[in-house]
Amino acid sequence: MTNIAAEDLSADRSKMTVGSQVAVEMIGVNKWYGEFHVLRDINLTVRKGERIVICGPSGSGKSTMIRCINRLEEHQKGQIIVDGTELTNDLKKIDEVRREVGMVFQHFNLFPHLTILENCTLAPIWVRKMPKRQAEEAAMEYLAKVRIPEQAHKYPGQLSGGQQQRVAIARSLCMNPKIMLFDEPTSALDPEMVKEVLDVMISLAESGMTMLCVTHEMGFARQVANRVIFMDQGQIVEQNDPEAFFTNPQHERTRLFLSQILH
Amino acid sequence: MTDVASPGPDARSAIYVRGTFVPPSPPPGSTVGPFGWAHKNLFSSPFNIAATILTALFLAWVVPPLLDWLIFDAVWTGENREACLPVDGREVGACWAWVQAKFGQILYGRYPLDQRWRVDLTALLFVAGLVPLAIPKVPYKRENTILMLTAFPVAAFILLYGGFGLPVVETALWGGLLVTLVVAVTGIVASLPLGILLALGRRSKLPIVKTVSVIFIEFWRGVPLITVLFMASVMLPLFLPSGVNFDKLLRALIGVALFSAAYMAETVRGGLQAIPKGQYEAAAAMGLGYWQSMRLVILPQALKIVIPGIVNSFISLFKDTSLVLIIGLFDVLGIIQLNFSDANWSAPTVPATGFVFAAIVFWIFCFGMSRYSQYMERRLETGHRR
Ligand SMILES: Nc1ncnc2c1ncn2[C@@H]1O[C@H](COP(=O)(O)OP(=O)(O)OP(=O)(O)O)[C@@H](O)[C@H]1O
Ligand SMILES: [Mg+2]
Repeated sequence: MTNIAAEDLSADRSKMTVGSQVAVEMIGVNKWYGEFHVLRDINLTVRKGERIVICGPSGSGKSTMIRCINRLEEHQKGQIIVDGTELTNDLKKIDEVRREVGMVFQHFNLFPHLTILENCTLAPIWVRKMPKRQAEEAAMEYLAKVRIPEQAHKYPGQLSGGQQQRVAIARSLCMNPKIMLFDEPTSALDPEMVKEVLDVMISLAESGMTMLCVTHEMGFARQVANRVIFMDQGQIVEQNDPEAFFTNPQHERTRLFLSQILH
Repeated sequence: MTDVASPGPDARSAIYVRGTFVPPSPPPGSTVGPFGWAHKNLFSSPFNIAATILTALFLAWVVPPLLDWLIFDAVWTGENREACLPVDGREVGACWAWVQAKFGQILYGRYPLDQRWRVDLTALLFVAGLVPLAIPKVPYKRENTILMLTAFPVAAFILLYGGFGLPVVETALWGGLLVTLVVAVTGIVASLPLGILLALGRRSKLPIVKTVSVIFIEFWRGVPLITVLFMASVMLPLFLPSGVNFDKLLRALIGVALFSAAYMAETVRGGLQAIPKGQYEAAAAMGLGYWQSMRLVILPQALKIVIPGIVNSFISLFKDTSLVLIIGLFDVLGIIQLNFSDANWSAPTVPATGFVFAAIVFWIFCFGMSRYSQYMERRLETGHRR
């Protein structure tokens, strides 16, 4: 496990403020894949501006949990309320939530047939009904923020992994989301590209974004997260602020897990 | 030794440190130029040498007689069968004079002579609309496509069939390349969108949509086109109330379109299946609805992947048009065969000439489609497959 050390990442925690409004609320959420009980009684309240890092062994249900938040996966029991909207079978509500929630995937999932700029303007134009010119200006701004404006007219296939992931982040930001979900955004990247992506995520956190982030980059968790959640077997086993989580894990499983990934 | 960098303190521990970089130089002569090419491609191994010699022998055996038949011994002009008869032991190749005499029929069938300008005008409109669509640089693609899909069919129908002051030309009189192209173009244009809808339907989560699509596709794929055409012309009238008369060509058109749509659906489905799940998820996560993500994200990629398959379907559809002969419509091949029985032109090489000419006509269109699709494939390449 190659991890970027916390000292190598510079984050200004004073800029990250937690509000009092609730951004995401999960109450007694359960999910099954057929017979398999993948999420068990998840209760989680995320306030505006919180940066939550979710970790846990493979297959513990981390991806499934955050994918429930934008309804890429459907839960069968319990309530999920995102920015005041409860996720039900109502397609309108689902679309409403997806407009406000951005997601970054492990494998970037850029659209290979569109240029970087077109990737970024697609949703603003078709979902937000933004005029093309305005969408492009906004996109260029976000591409500058992730430090690759000069790549705007290339295709995803011509970019490195780290660059592609930064584009994916910019693409999500172009929708002006209130909440960002990250599912192992750096685990498909070569080590030297991890930091450039983490740096972008740090500046996003400094801008006050609400973030839920599945990652094993513990340096990032120390510097940015205000809460670390440990999941195992579809349940939240332990959650704490990063300092306490890393120095004084309470649960047996947490200790075992940390000892495995922090050599 | 002046160009070798003096090893620094760190380099002492290295086993080897490059002092100078090697500049690029041209490749050795044996790999470039005509001789280089021949050596590499024709004589690089014993097997290659043997294959080259055998091929050369085969060509020497086949090509000269073929050229004789097609060109040197061929009859290029003439008024009737006399020109193409092998009198006094004369070698007679292809009877191109016959093709010349029948050329009008091969193009138009029995379309009235004084009305043939209408077919020409339709063809002109078609080409004028298609060429700017086919050339990527030309602007107004969207407007042009809409025109070609709405105004052009109406104009073509009025021009070809009649109405608005133009005398009606019954479809029974249509023939030759006109019928081939009408059937092929309608089939191609109708089968692609229909096939896409069926493919999406087959992957739908809605059980009814899915079932209907599966039944439709499997029904049409399960019966031969000949049967479809035969049923359309013989069986269908039995089910229709008497007095209701469907045009024969129209029935063939519908049959061919539905038949090829079923094939197209499976081709397109192959493309849809090749798109990674992440693409669907990314589109959904951004808030794109089902039709938006299909139109903007999934289909452009899926269709690009299956261009070879789509064009394959187009080409086989184009050639299958000659089956309309079964129901008494005369396409290029049908008209050519029909004319073998013309006593004025009965000469030994006429049938062979006719078939060779039909083959050339079909080949030109099919090869054209094939080349264009390869061009599009290269053009749409965005380098995401590494
Ligand atoms: N579509 C599916 N159908 C059936 N089981 C699934 C499906 N998707 C995931 N699972 C199972 O659900 C469990 C949780 O999967 P999930 O992807 O959420 O794990 P994860 O914690 O993200 O793991 P990783 O760290 O490997 O990404 C796994 O055991 C997995 O096998
Ligand atoms: Mg996962």
